[in-house]
Amino acid sequence: MPLLELRELTVTYKTEGGPVPAVRGVNLNVDTGQTLGLAGESGCGKSTIAASVLRLLPTSAKVTGQILVNGEDVLTMSWGKLRAVRWAGASIIFQGAMHSLNPVQRISKQIAEPILLHSPDTTPTQASKRVDELLRQVGLPVSRADSYPHELSGGQKQRVMIAMALACRPNLIIADEPTTALDVMIQAQVLNLISALVRDHGIGLIMISHDLSVLADTCERLAVMYAGKIVEEGPAHQVFTDAKHPYAEALAWAFPVIGDPRTRLSPRGLPGDPPDPAQIPSGCSFHPRCAVAEDQCSIRDMELWPAGERRLAACVRVLEAAEGESVTLIVPNEKSPATGEAAVG
Amino acid sequence: MTEPILIADDVRVVFSLRGRHATATAVDGVNLDIAPGEIVALVGESGCGKTTLARTMLGLERPTSGQVRFAGQPISHRTAALRDYRRQVQLVLQDPTGSLNPRHTVYEAVAEGVRIHRLSGERERVADALSRCGLRPPERFFERYPHELSGGQRQRVVIAGALVLEPKVLVADEPVASLDASVRGEILSLLLRLRDELGLAALVVTHDLGLAWNIADRLAVMYLGRIVEVGTPEQVFADPRHPYTKALMSVLPESPIEPIVLSGEPPDATRIPGGCRFHPRCPELASGAAAAAGVAERCTGERLPVLPAAGTGPTLVSCHLAAMLPDSGLPDSGRPDSGPPDSGPPESGRPDSGLSDLGISDLRISDPGLSDSGLAEPR
Repeated sequence: MPLLELRELTVTYKTEGGPVPAVRGVNLNVDTGQTLGLAGESGCGKSTIAASVLRLLPTSAKVTGQILVNGEDVLTMSWGKLRAVRWAGASIIFQGAMHSLNPVQRISKQIAEPILLHSPDTTPTQASKRVDELLRQVGLPVSRADSYPHELSGGQKQRVMIAMALACRPNLIIADEPTTALDVMIQAQVLNLISALVRDHGIGLIMISHDLSVLADTCERLAVMYAGKIVEEGPAHQVFTDAKHPYAEALAWAFPVIGDPRTRLSPRGLPGDPPDPAQIPSGCSFHPRCAVAEDQCSIRDMELWPAGERRLAACVRVLEAAEGESVTLIVPNEKSPATGEAAVG
Repeated sequence: MTEPILIADDVRVVFSLRGRHATATAVDGVNLDIAPGEIVALVGESGCGKTTLARTMLGLERPTSGQVRFAGQPISHRTAALRDYRRQVQLVLQDPTGSLNPRHTVYEAVAEGVRIHRLSGERERVADALSRCGLRPPERFFERYPHELSGGQRQRVVIAGALVLEPKVLVADEPVASLDASVRGEILSLLLRLRDELGLAALVVTHDLGLAWNIADRLAVMYLGRIVEVGTPEQVFADPRHPYTKALMSVLPESPIEPIVLSGEPPDATRIPGGCRFHPRCPELASGAAAAAGVAERCTGERLPVLPAAGTGPTLVSCHLAAMLPDSGLPDSGRPDSGPPDSGPPESGRPDSGLSDLGISDLRISDPGLSDSGLAEPR
């Protein structure tokens, strides 16, 4: 039984302008000790997935599908059970550690809070021992326990956030952009720490970022999201170096491998802007920005097709490659071929 | 070599800290020059002084000592002179959402500079700047507000606002840090294209080494107020010579080298260590490599001279150990023997320039917590 299983997860936000789909049918699995990277740009739904796992979404969000944590569906869980899962079953390291801490509480108190809430018979002495242990685990001097957040640097605050996430010994950690806004060296320290925790404690990890190079370095598997759907999934390094989906490829090129002459003095971007979730293009939602889009891309619905060993990609070119030649270009007939914009760019 | 257009000549910037009897030396002696049409990337961790140096080069901060020269002339800090200077040297900030007034249209945002400088042909200038920045047709964007634009488009508007005055130099502080991955490359391509089309020079301040590899002609690595290594990205990335640069390179994702993760936080500009300012974190010193080369004592006790402005020459590095290594191929770089060719007048009173070649042993500082700024400026 996987630690976390998402089945056909959809999340739609109700807004004044009508429903806005943020996540549109996502299937994912994470096992104990596994690391999964979830990549994509702002607005692609990756942070919505993170929040949905612990049912942290606002009431304006309508969630369908299943979110199974240790086989139990979070969406139908009782409040009491859900409280137990939060922190102790799974915890989230939120992005922007700088703003997630309470500025007027000492960090020791903030780290101890979930411990005391989850095991009410813990004595204050035991809790403070556990806090010291956690601080050591994340590489902070125990003497900093009585500091206030403003007395810590950005990297130290991020470590406090990680210590809090570990406080109740969860099996699953979701790290949402844990190193955004941190310097390279501090980023390396934090990533090393997270990797060591996964290795030593057999924790399952989902790491969310827009930086494919960081995910490829830290995670075993990688899923790339675009406009609320996963467009490519596979072993992290393969996806990073040999992406099958044009969007995943563009994302991989956005962060150059230093020393690669192909990227020297030629930064590569992707023309156009991420789609507005309220107006997702028809067919393959990436087709207006895709350099290799074909006529059928604007009308044909994509799904994740096998793209090599343990790999999936939602691009017709994968399907065509699998079928040798572009033999079956069947346009699904439920949609009129006249809709959608010209695809070839 | 073409004459540099913007020069930092032995710039030091010292801030006195409110309420505390202390000073922070944000920039501690920097020589840097930028040629027309050259993109120089200034990289380093937060708190290393890179933003302060950029602000000083813009005239937003007065150097405590040393000077900034533009087209051969020291920049003046009188209001009128500064206004003229800022027509030539423009700033692009990190967060386009924060740098645009939400209640100004794109046209007003870009036209503001034209109005301040009372230039003619406002409409044409604005249209031209917008279309140069890839917002075409410009008229379609005139009446839009920032919230109607995507992040990438907002940054293009900010760059257009800088370009509209036809500057010679752009100073960009983390120009893509807050942008989405796919937009990042587009904005960097824009900076490269502006360099090619307009001969625009740029100083790009960043902690993103990939950005330097993507667009920079020259790379300067800054640590605690000093440039510790400078050269072309090809040279520096292929053969980083300062232990700090090596460490930065090694922790990049996909780096072939075993990661050297420096422990500890960026050091404190109020207490710059004596000797080499990097020595408390230096892996070469900790591993004994410096001792094996016989420089360990110098690392902890002897200050390094300020690197001269490099031009397009070979890599310069400010490290006792690197200067010892035979494969450096740069006999005098970073060494004080010949004296920095482009550096400022010797009477500037900077304590460490050219002193170490005198072999003065009393410069050795026993207390590593004692900063050299403390020695230089007795209060």
